[in-house]
Parts: sequence; structure tokens; C-alpha cells
Amino acid sequence: MTDGWVIKNLRAIKGRAYPRVIGAIREPSWVFFEVVLPLFTVAAFAYVYQFMDAREELIGYVVLGGAMTAFWLNVLWSMAAQFYWEKETGNLQLYMIAPTSRMSILAGMALGGMLSTTVNAASTLVIGAFIFNIAFDVVDPLMLIAIFLATMVALYGMGMMFASLYMLFGREAHHLSNLLTDPVYLASGFYFPVKFLGAAVAAGASVIPITLGLDALRQLFFTAGAEDAFLSLEAELALLVGLCALFMVLAHYSLRYMEYLGKATGRLTLRWQ
Amino acid sequence: MAVMNDLRTIKNAAWLGWEMEANWADPFLFATYSIVKPISATLILVFMYMIVTGGNTDNAYFSYMYVGSALYMYIAEVLFGVTWIIHDDREHYMSLKQVYIAPIKFYAYILGRSAIKIAITTAGVIITLAFGVLALGVDISLWDVDWLLLLGSTALGMSCICVLGLALGGITFLTARHSIGINEGVAGVFYVMSGIIFPITALPTWAQSISKILPVTYWMDSMRRALMPDAMAELGSVAGVDVTGLSGISDLYIMVYLAISTAVFFALSMAVFKYADGVARRKGKIDWTSTY
Repeated sequence: MTDGWVIKNLRAIKGRAYPRVIGAIREPSWVFFEVVLPLFTVAAFAYVYQFMDAREELIGYVVLGGAMTAFWLNVLWSMAAQFYWEKETGNLQLYMIAPTSRMSILAGMALGGMLSTTVNAASTLVIGAFIFNIAFDVVDPLMLIAIFLATMVALYGMGMMFASLYMLFGREAHHLSNLLTDPVYLASGFYFPVKFLGAAVAAGASVIPITLGLDALRQLFFTAGAEDAFLSLEAELALLVGLCALFMVLAHYSLRYMEYLGKATGRLTLRWQ
Repeated sequence: MAVMNDLRTIKNAAWLGWEMEANWADPFLFATYSIVKPISATLILVFMYMIVTGGNTDNAYFSYMYVGSALYMYIAEVLFGVTWIIHDDREHYMSLKQVYIAPIKFYAYILGRSAIKIAITTAGVIITLAFGVLALGVDISLWDVDWLLLLGSTALGMSCICVLGLALGGITFLTARHSIGINEGVAGVFYVMSGIIFPITALPTWAQSISKILPVTYWMDSMRRALMPDAMAELGSVAGVDVTGLSGISDLYIMVYLAISTAVFFALSMAVFKYADGVARRKGKIDWTSTY
């Protein structure tokens, strides 16, 4: 690995992030969609808890979970499924012949999409907390940062691995992304503590980094979060770090393998299959 | 002759829609997607409910919430579907311009493509409701269903949602890749304001006033009255309080309100669609791609 290789890949990251950032600036209508729209689902779920006289933390969990959906949707639609759309629009072969790592291209997508995703998540958290009078009680900010970063790296690593699968997918890529929204919201406990699904389901769902990330964030944001926790903070951080390494390695090899498979079967540039 | 042409367009567009939705996907994936997704969305609410109540599903509110969540699929899928058709044809398959120059009415094409989405959604709604009745004790009995009210409100409600979807489809011509957010937003307004998963009486007073204007509020209520009359009667007078906020309104009033709303939305959607179509042609946005 030379300096030239590093610079080249950093430029690839910047290059792929650029159209997303510029596109977002040129077409600012997304701000409305990203800020206002996610609030509706969050508000509906919060009102369900309010109507049933649920304890306050549960409403807080809904707001936090609603904010985190932005990252999951970004990984799913703007990263994993993106390779499929790139194939459809004829860009994929350009990425393949570029002398850079495929992971740099995907990292560029992630970074470029981070602007709108962060606006979405932060606004949901802030406005949701304001509307429903949620009190966040952060006692360990360093741990909060560590958990959030580990969740993001593991999550986007998972997204890169998915991208390799989507690269060979046909039209069902759209169905697959849809299939990974609501079922994952359910299994990962986006709107309720995951431990209520039972230890076996929660353990299984922990393969998805956001399950552990959310469980840990609930503990860090709410004093009652520890009672609803599936695992301790330290265990969740350790597992998330493990998932970071696992998904990065898996993404590297699966991207290479799927690229080879795509070339061998002639499907890499096959459009509208 | 023109009517026959439109009907042929609707039929062929519906066939194309079916091919795109189902036949081009792996059958197992499509079947899983059609069943697992709607049931998962509803199970989120079921778990939320169970966490608070400790698992007691023998409650009128549980049935209210479950049925509302299942029926909401129509709103989300049909509104999403219409705008997605335009987005998908324009951005992904880049075939919108070909459809445009074909000697057919674009309106008829969209209606045909939407029809198949309604059919697929109906399968999801029926599966979800059957799962609720059989596995969770949702209070629907085929003997107690008011079939006439169910048919009437289904026809009027679907028409209303479809014409609203067409108006949103028109707006999609003018927006970039974020256009799919428009329908999610409108569907989201209905989700919160129309008593889908909680009665409108849970909302602040000012929001309840808005709820009572939205046709979806009345559609949801009439569908529930038709499907689960006993549970709705119970919610209409819990300790002398009207929990739903609509129990004093007659079925006839609701039907008339839905019919008028559909007519108004139809005129509105035609106007919006025509305007957006004109602007899109002038600004060269018919074959616009923004998949950055």
C-alpha cells in the first residue's frame, strides 16, 4: 500500500461524495422531506404510547428510534441498492475500471449522503424531543460518541457488504430493500426495547449493528434505559467493534467475489435484467 | 372509441405493472416481501401495545389499532405507488418519454399501473387481517361484517386515494429524486391525523379540527364500522365518553362526505396534473434524471 494508493482512494471517496453534496445543495427540496416527513411516523407512534398512558421513556425510545431510521434507510437505499441503480444507469462499469477500491466508492456514497441523513436524524431527535417533551439525560458523553461511531462504522460496513449482493441483483433489488425496512424496524427494536422480543430474537437481531447501537443509546440517553437493556454498555461496545471488523473484512471479500462472479457470468454490465 | 382506447391502455398498463412487480422478481422473494413486510409493520404496533398492556389483546382499542394499521397499507402503497411509477419510469428505466409520446392518455396509463398496486396491496391487507384474527384475536367476525358499508366505503375510499395519488404524481414531474418523499409525507399526515392507529381524540384540539376535514378519517372510521361493529360500538361509549370522536356521525353522512371529497380531489388532481405536466414539458423535465 503506497502513498499514491491512499491518495487515489481518498480522491475516489471525495469524487463520489461530491455529486451527492452538490446535488443536495442544488436541489434543496430534500430539506423539507428530510426534516418534516420522518416526524409523522414518530409522532404517530408517540401518540399511540401516550394514548395508552405508557411510561415516558417509551415515547423517548420512539423519538430516538425514529432518528436512527435515517441511517438505516441511507445504508439500504443510498448505498446497498445504489450499485444496482449504478448498473442500470451505466456507471458501474466506470467504477470497475477505475484504479481504486470499490470500498472507496461506497465510502464516498456514505459520506456524501451523510449530510442529508444527519440533518434528518438530528432534526427528528430535536423536534421530536421538543414536541413530546422528552428529557435526555446523557451521563457518559464519551461512551455515547464511541457507541455511535462504532454503530455507524459497523452499519456502513454492512451496507458495503450488501452492495456486493445488490451488484448482481436484478429488479428485485427494490423488493429486497423494502423487505429490509419494516421487518428490521421490528427485529431491531426501533420503537420499543429489543429485549421484549425475547433473548433469542434479540441475539439474532444483534447481527444488525443498529440493534445493539440503539439498545446502547437508549441506556445512554435515558436513566431508565438500563432496565430495558438487552446487554450491558461495555458488552455492546465490544460486540459493535467486533462487527465493525467483521463487516469490513466481509465487505472487502464479498465485493471482490461478486465482481469476479459478475464478470464471469457477464452480468456486471447487464441492464434491466 | 376513445373510451375503448383508454380501457385498453389501463389493461396493458396493469399487465406491465404486474410484470414489473412480480414476474421480474424472484417468486419466493416476491411472496416473502408481500407477506412479511405488511405483517412486520403491524407487529411493531402489536409489540408496542403488548409492552404497555402486558399482552392483553382482548380489548376494543387493540382491534381498532390493528385494523387501522392494516388498512393504512392502502394509503401508503397507493400514494407511494403512483409517484413511484413516474419516478421509476423517468429515473430508472428512462422510459417515461416513450410512454409520453405513445398515442395513449398518460392518465389512463397511470391508473392501470396503480390498479395492480391496489390488487397486490389488497392481498397484503387480507393476509394481515387474517393473521390478526387467527393469531391475535382481532375482533372481526365474517357474520357481523356490514358488507354493504364495506363495499361502499372501499369503493369511495379507494377512488379518493387514487385521485389524490394522481395529483401527487403530477407534482413528481417537477421534483428531483426526493419526490418519493412527497407521498410519504402526505401519507404521514394521514397516519397522524386520520385516526389510523389511535383515535383522533388523542390529538390536541387544533389537530382534531384538521382531522375532521380529512376524508381518510371518515374512510377509516367507516371501514372499521363495517369490519368490527361491536368493537366500534364499545369505543363509542367507553364510560359515557366517545373515544373515537366520530361515533355521533351517521354512516350516510360519511358516505356522502367521501363521495364529495372524491369529486373535489378528482377536479383538483386533474388541475394539478395538467399544470405540472405543462411545466415539466416547458422545462424539459420529462426525461430528467437525478439519481446522484
